[in-house]
Amino acid sequence: MDNATLKERILGLVPEAEFQENKQFLMFVVPPSAMHELSFALKHEADLAFDFLFCLSGVDMVKYLEVVYHLESTTHKHQLVLKVRTADRENAAVDTVCDIWRTAEFHEREAYDLLGIRFNNHPDLRRIFLEEDWKGYPLRKDYVDEVNIVEL
Amino acid sequence: MKEGDFRDNETLELFKKSGGNILLTTIDAMIDWGRSNSIWPLTFATSCCGIEMMATGASRHDFARFGIEVYRASPRQADVIVVAGTIVNKMAPVLKRLYDQMSDPKYVIAMGACAVSGGPFFYNTYHVVRGVDHVIPVDVYVPGCPPRPEALLYGVMQLQRKIKLETMGDPRKTEELTR
Amino acid sequence: MKEVINLPVRNIEEEEYHINMGPQHPSTHGVLRLVVSLQGEIVKNLKPHCGYIHRGIEKMCEKDTYPQIIHLTDRMDYLSAHINNHAVCMLVEKALEIDVPERVQYIRTIVDELNRIASHQLWWCSFGMDLGGLTCFFYGLRDREKILDIFEESFGSRLLHSYYTPGGLMMDIHKDFQKNVKDFIKYFRKKIKDYDRILTGNIIMHERTRGVGFLSKEDAISYGVTGPSGRASGFACDVRKHHPYGVYEKADFKEILLPEGDTFARYMVRMHEMRESMKIIEQLIDNIPAGDYSAKMKAVIKLPAGEYFQRVEAARGELGVYVVSDGNKTPLRMKFRSPNFSNLGVLDHISRGCKIADLVAIGASLDYVIPDIDR
Repeated sequence: MDNATLKERILGLVPEAEFQENKQFLMFVVPPSAMHELSFALKHEADLAFDFLFCLSGVDMVKYLEVVYHLESTTHKHQLVLKVRTADRENAAVDTVCDIWRTAEFHEREAYDLLGIRFNNHPDLRRIFLEEDWKGYPLRKDYVDEVNIVEL
Repeated sequence: MKEGDFRDNETLELFKKSGGNILLTTIDAMIDWGRSNSIWPLTFATSCCGIEMMATGASRHDFARFGIEVYRASPRQADVIVVAGTIVNKMAPVLKRLYDQMSDPKYVIAMGACAVSGGPFFYNTYHVVRGVDHVIPVDVYVPGCPPRPEALLYGVMQLQRKIKLETMGDPRKTEELTR
Repeated sequence: MKEVINLPVRNIEEEEYHINMGPQHPSTHGVLRLVVSLQGEIVKNLKPHCGYIHRGIEKMCEKDTYPQIIHLTDRMDYLSAHINNHAVCMLVEKALEIDVPERVQYIRTIVDELNRIASHQLWWCSFGMDLGGLTCFFYGLRDREKILDIFEESFGSRLLHSYYTPGGLMMDIHKDFQKNVKDFIKYFRKKIKDYDRILTGNIIMHERTRGVGFLSKEDAISYGVTGPSGRASGFACDVRKHHPYGVYEKADFKEILLPEGDTFARYMVRMHEMRESMKIIEQLIDNIPAGDYSAKMKAVIKLPAGEYFQRVEAARGELGVYVVSDGNKTPLRMKFRSPNFSNLGVLDHISRGCKIADLVAIGASLDYVIPDIDR
């Protein structure tokens, strides 16, 4: 499916999705409430068939936190990028997609550990790299740690 | 400088040459020769330096000819721990526990820039222990990123020289070495 | 009169207990802690605990310029160090729309494939060692030294070279590079038959690996298992074929896919891949065009604001580099989609129901490198 048809399909499924310009991929910003349903449709509808989530990243753009999903279909070979934003830094929460793509289980734990984004309905949301009692989320831009970090 | 501050092999060998009971020094020489030529390390490698340590044990730079015959998986049976790779905050208590479980006399070789001082991960990171001597006392430092197998062999030879300097009358006390 | 004490009857075989394959273990390939829940000797489930080599590379990248980041990517998956460098260099070059000279593309492809062979040689020697065959350790490392000699002559170090820079290479190859590579291919073609004789045809190897650790194709796609482990389950995921880069399009090679999905299939895919890599190198080594070894780059590299993603085929799977840039000389966010991180996620799923000795064989066949998981 080419990008134009794909764009129409996505906007048909989620009219509130915002299209973003990018040279490499077809990119949309999706409201957090619509993400889980859209993911289910993307995986299970036969002409979309996005079954391979090849990257799930958390990003701290200072005004908001976002989760970026890079998807690909192994049958139709089209690619898509979805982004979910949350401006609430204290209690950032997004729906999990690990019941749809099993690889998200570990990736979401990493996003929680390093950026503090919680994932609702995740089976086992706990820190994966840092110790259980570590305070703070290191990859955030406002993370300060005078004890451990030696600044150049 | 006080006498106890000299830790390098050249100075220590100079101190040893001057004086000692003839019977004890002969027995010491025999025992130390046996011990220094049969150092068995613990299997411990965290990152890239581990591959160079494996290459040192392989057929081209064989360190079995230096006495490192086998690697022991259990800390109770090992003589030396070659800390090859970066030690991070989460791993430091594990390393200390392994070191405590080793039986005396035990030695530590810090291999690679990360174990010596934090290496390339010195600045801007929140989870790296900058030098394994913050956790356990180190006998020989082998710099390099990663050090060549020949460099590790040189480090092992320096450790052998250090072991040859020990005497029965003044056994190595590990508590004194810990900071 | 003696009293008879009736102790409660315990059925030991039905009790579950947890053992810890700790961070320091001869066969976990690094510092990985597995808390395994066993019933007798059968694995019920396992939980991996990572983070024992988490060095915070992604945080460090936010303060480093792009040429400095190359040195950090070397240390992530150190067995395919060149391929990691290649990903970051290609990302920068595509973002700045720089045309890299043909000579550089050829050399990068050949060195990537040599690195892949070296990585698979090390995998083979640790696989044999984990199953108990110590001979494999010495054979694999002996042949790997030949590749490291070639690297040392041209690039200056045996492991962790940081040879690629954005725009090209750090220096040109040695004049004996082509001759040494051709000699190595002739040498290794003979030696790989020895590998088959020692391990591939071995009855103990077959008993321990056939039918063990089955991973279906749907699970491989859902768990994101790429690389040789994914291809052994029939998942066609070779980035060199589906999103080609370098000069892979000019070389004729097969993507090895096997349907069985067990440990033995994962083993055979890597053995075949070593041969395919040698084929690629043979086709390219004589045609390296003359030219510059680097394009002209500005002294300070600043990527235009936006998001970029680059995928390459590392020795263990698909490595992705995701950069969010705001126009400065350091990235705002740099994320590495590590192949080993996704491959580890499937270990729990495929090792249920097998014995603890099989767990070691499965772990060796998935071939994870822990510093790449933890970054």
